[in-house]
Amino acid sequence: MSQLRPDLAVIRDNVDPDSRVLDVGCGDGTLLAALRDQKGCDARGMEIDPDNVAACVGKGLSVIQGDADSDLAFYPDATFDYAILSQTLQTTRRPDIVLDELLRIGRKAFVSFPNFAHWRVRLTLFWSGRMPVTRLLPEAWYETPNIHHATIDDFRQLLRDRGIKVENAWFLKGDKHRSPAAANFRAEHAVFLLSK
Amino acid sequence: MASAPITSSSQVLTLPDPLPLDGGQQLENVQIAYETYGDLNETRSNAIFIAHALTGDQHVASPHPKTGKEGWWLRMVGPGKPIDTDKFFVICANVVGSCMGSTGPASPGPDGEPYGMAFPVITIRDMVRGHIALLDALGIERLHAVVGGSMGGMQALSLAANFPDRTAAALVIASTARHSAQNIAFHEVGRQAIMADPEWRDGDYSGHGKGPEKGLAVARMAAHITYLSEAGLTDKFGRNLQDRAEKTFGFDADFQVESYLRYQGISFTDRFDANSYLYITRAMDYFDLAEEHGGLLANAFAKSQARFCLISFDTDWLYPTAESRAIVHALNAAGAPVSFVELSAPYGHDSFLLDVPELDRVISGFIEQ
Repeated sequence: MSQLRPDLAVIRDNVDPDSRVLDVGCGDGTLLAALRDQKGCDARGMEIDPDNVAACVGKGLSVIQGDADSDLAFYPDATFDYAILSQTLQTTRRPDIVLDELLRIGRKAFVSFPNFAHWRVRLTLFWSGRMPVTRLLPEAWYETPNIHHATIDDFRQLLRDRGIKVENAWFLKGDKHRSPAAANFRAEHAVFLLSK
Repeated sequence: MASAPITSSSQVLTLPDPLPLDGGQQLENVQIAYETYGDLNETRSNAIFIAHALTGDQHVASPHPKTGKEGWWLRMVGPGKPIDTDKFFVICANVVGSCMGSTGPASPGPDGEPYGMAFPVITIRDMVRGHIALLDALGIERLHAVVGGSMGGMQALSLAANFPDRTAAALVIASTARHSAQNIAFHEVGRQAIMADPEWRDGDYSGHGKGPEKGLAVARMAAHITYLSEAGLTDKFGRNLQDRAEKTFGFDADFQVESYLRYQGISFTDRFDANSYLYITRAMDYFDLAEEHGGLLANAFAKSQARFCLISFDTDWLYPTAESRAIVHALNAAGAPVSFVELSAPYGHDSFLLDVPELDRVISGFIEQ
């Protein structure tokens, strides 16, 4: 078994076995395959890139080519136990609407995203005065798919504004966990488990 | 002109019972011509049914008896191919209404004369009833998968919707859940071309030597354009002239594309029956899976336990991606496991028959499960 990316491992470890899961922006299906094979989940996916979809179908996964911004609307309410959005929120046109859709389709939602307020990002911006290009955010500003960068505190604020409950949260630097209090400064990644 | 069913090496099943039709009639003594490849396993669980398109036939991976051309999906079906006949027992049957050995308008009716226009109008679901009767005869309760492109995809959808216990999976390529006004319009051009040919004789051309070859050729020419893409045509022919340096200022086939289409039209008449063309295009035009299920497509799949995979092509303007998406949304609403991908290929609707490596990968990945 290949090693899962740390934020995906957190999600896999915290999904109830045998649940129904939709992974929005499922990439090549790594998490879906792990959920199916290790947790017995009925795991479905949505992915925008056709090569990735082909790779998923090649693994026997049920994945549809679609866009989180427009195609979630076609799923009925509460179809899934979990809707997952890993490292995709910052690429959507309207993250707030996508968040609402996740919690309409799924009873709970896992959302993970890179923290733009990590100290290394802050330092890069502060010293160079230019948009940070880091290991986790490797593309230049004009070609990055990440059109809505957010910090952990930004996201917390959005959740408060929307009345969304945080069931659990994990803050990661590589595969090490950071405390919630220090997260906005010291975590590269955040994973939230949300409910309405 | 194929005015009688072509005799082929195919096996032919005569249905023991009359075939009930959506039009309210029933067909007696129906024959189904079919080919099989590979071996059925002991549990009879490895059967894949391939449904053919409008002018297709049962010779999916074996030579056409009339033209000698290789099987129409030989690149997809065979030992070690994406639909692997070392693992699967592949069945392909000529649809009812066609002219390659299954009962159709060129077959003898109750009075011994060809049916002609006395043949009842059939539907996609009627074709599928014929397939199910064949599966009954072969002792196959549940298919591993039903697979089809274009009209074959309609049959795959219809089978999964109307006979939900009979297949574990449905693979639908470059297809639609209902014929659009534009689809019907193109078919109507073809039908009118056939019926405007004086040799058609109200469908009673059998025994008069030639049939409506000119009309059928024009029908095929018009249809053939819809199977290609504008870019594909430009790439293949551009404005190139056919074996000449100058335009002739006449109505010969000056352009290569004209010559190509004329050839496509004429050669089609050697292998296809004009009345079959009328009946099968009608069946496609009548196809509206939602209408059959109370107007809501999701209802069509309410009882389905099957896995679905839909594939569309970005240059297919006959059954564009939006048609596949509508099916995907309905399957989502019905909670069915569904995969969908729009593949990029330059060949238009015909892409499903041609060399698209990603298609092979998706098909084998879906089928192998």
